[in-house]
Amino acid sequence: MGLDAIQKNILHEVANLDSIPQGAYNIRANGKSAARSNSANIEIVSKTDKPGIDIIIKPGTKGESVHIPVVLTESGLKDMVYNDFYIGEGADVTIVAGCGISNCGDQDSQHDGIHSLHVEKNARVKYVEKHYGEGDGKGSRVLNPVTNVYQEEGSYVEMEMVQVKGVDSTVRTNYAELKAGATLLIHEALMTHGEQKATSDYKVVLNGEGSSADVVSRSVAKDDSEQIFEVSIEGNTACNGHAACDAIIMGNAHVVAIPKLDAKNVDAALIHEAAIGKIAGDQLTKLMTLGLTEEEAEEQIVAGFLR
Amino acid sequence: MLEIKDLSYQVEDEKEKTKEIIDHLDLTVEDGKFIVITGPNGGGKSTLAKLIMGVNTLTSGKIILDGEDISDLNITERAKKGISFAFQAPVHFKGIRVVDLLRLAAGEKITTIEACEYLSKVGLCAKDYVNREVNASLSGGELKRIEIATVLARGTKLSIFDEPEAGIDLWSFQNLIKVFENMRQEIKGTIIVISHQERILNIADEIVVIENGKVKKKGSRDEILPGLLGTPAAASIACEKLGGDK
Repeated sequence: MGLDAIQKNILHEVANLDSIPQGAYNIRANGKSAARSNSANIEIVSKTDKPGIDIIIKPGTKGESVHIPVVLTESGLKDMVYNDFYIGEGADVTIVAGCGISNCGDQDSQHDGIHSLHVEKNARVKYVEKHYGEGDGKGSRVLNPVTNVYQEEGSYVEMEMVQVKGVDSTVRTNYAELKAGATLLIHEALMTHGEQKATSDYKVVLNGEGSSADVVSRSVAKDDSEQIFEVSIEGNTACNGHAACDAIIMGNAHVVAIPKLDAKNVDAALIHEAAIGKIAGDQLTKLMTLGLTEEEAEEQIVAGFLR
Repeated sequence: MLEIKDLSYQVEDEKEKTKEIIDHLDLTVEDGKFIVITGPNGGGKSTLAKLIMGVNTLTSGKIILDGEDISDLNITERAKKGISFAFQAPVHFKGIRVVDLLRLAAGEKITTIEACEYLSKVGLCAKDYVNREVNASLSGGELKRIEIATVLARGTKLSIFDEPEAGIDLWSFQNLIKVFENMRQEIKGTIIVISHQERILNIADEIVVIENGKVKKKGSRDEILPGLLGTPAAASIACEKLGGDK
């Protein structure tokens, strides 16, 4: 694939890729396309007016996957892309869209990916986005992803958003609107340490009758890090919305949770839950009675929580 | 052999008065014995169990395991010396699965099949539970049985159970007696159970009655049990049972 060892390691971290993936893929390294492949049902086309790609998935495509990982290893690079996914009626696909930065230099490295998913009627999508950072340089590793999801009737989207290591600053902005009978599930796992800052902003608009959304965030804030989680669910018809933010706070961290529910119809059923707290002492005690040290117990609790 | 010498544990009450929960207590437990500690509520039974595990820190006295003074060791160190503990009110964890907990308990990479065997021993249908999270979706009785399974998975020379019958339904209570009987055969270690249950008292080698932070009586089942049944202590035990678990 023409990638070096660091880039290969990042691919492993963000997309679990150790070899050429099955199905369609586009690997972007340091602002350029490093490898691309189409399948019979999935076509990837470069945009002509701005950086980025269109991913066109034919109606009825079943069981295929698309990998579009991004790797940044040059210090000081600021990369921005627009990726648009068109998922055809009745398709059932997995999209893996991770981004990893290795910054050993002293200048900031930044990748801002703007992803739009147009999900046609009755299509099913599993969307996985992992963020990862590494490198000893003084330069920051910055990721500001934007995801817009437009769901047609009866479609189903499951999103897994993971950022557990090494990203200094991130502002994640997500927007979704759902038509009748559409379902959206979002599961976010976030860990910040050192002086990292992470903001997650989710806005879900339930426009169609019988649509439903479940936004669940699990996060761990360590050291002096800061997290802001903001979720807003708007119900404009008979619909179901649920948002939950569950955070473990450690050290001198700072965590803010801002849930917002906006019901504009008497049959909109909207619920939010938010909890922030430290690791329970009796959880540590139990694991210590199994022979783990306090630090090992803490690691197990955090790893389980973010699973 | 576990030797407890002149053990005291004091707390301060609201009026900042010192209260002796465990009061200069002496107790010796021989290897391979099945000991049931009983006595009235508030007498210090659970506190004594927690002092042995190191969950509570003793005020004075010594705890000696196989000739080694473990009084100053922390929970982890005592666990590594071969002490296990089943809590009266098991804690739950978001995200940690039953199989993960059993693996941590066994201290090695046990297979899913081995994990399932421990669950079967506590009367849980393994395939329904092994991949479930140890979270609030489990009932108190289920959590309790998983807690007991973690102690079985450790298989240490000393296992302590703090009121294992509390929160367990009748069906699994019968199972619980079997669990203890099997444990005696398989692990051949020492088992200390804090219990009010006559049927658990019935399978004890020795019974220790603790009251007001001291050992009131200690002896074989045949010596102690008749005195317990029909005495005020037995009546208080019966009343506690009617009043719910404590």
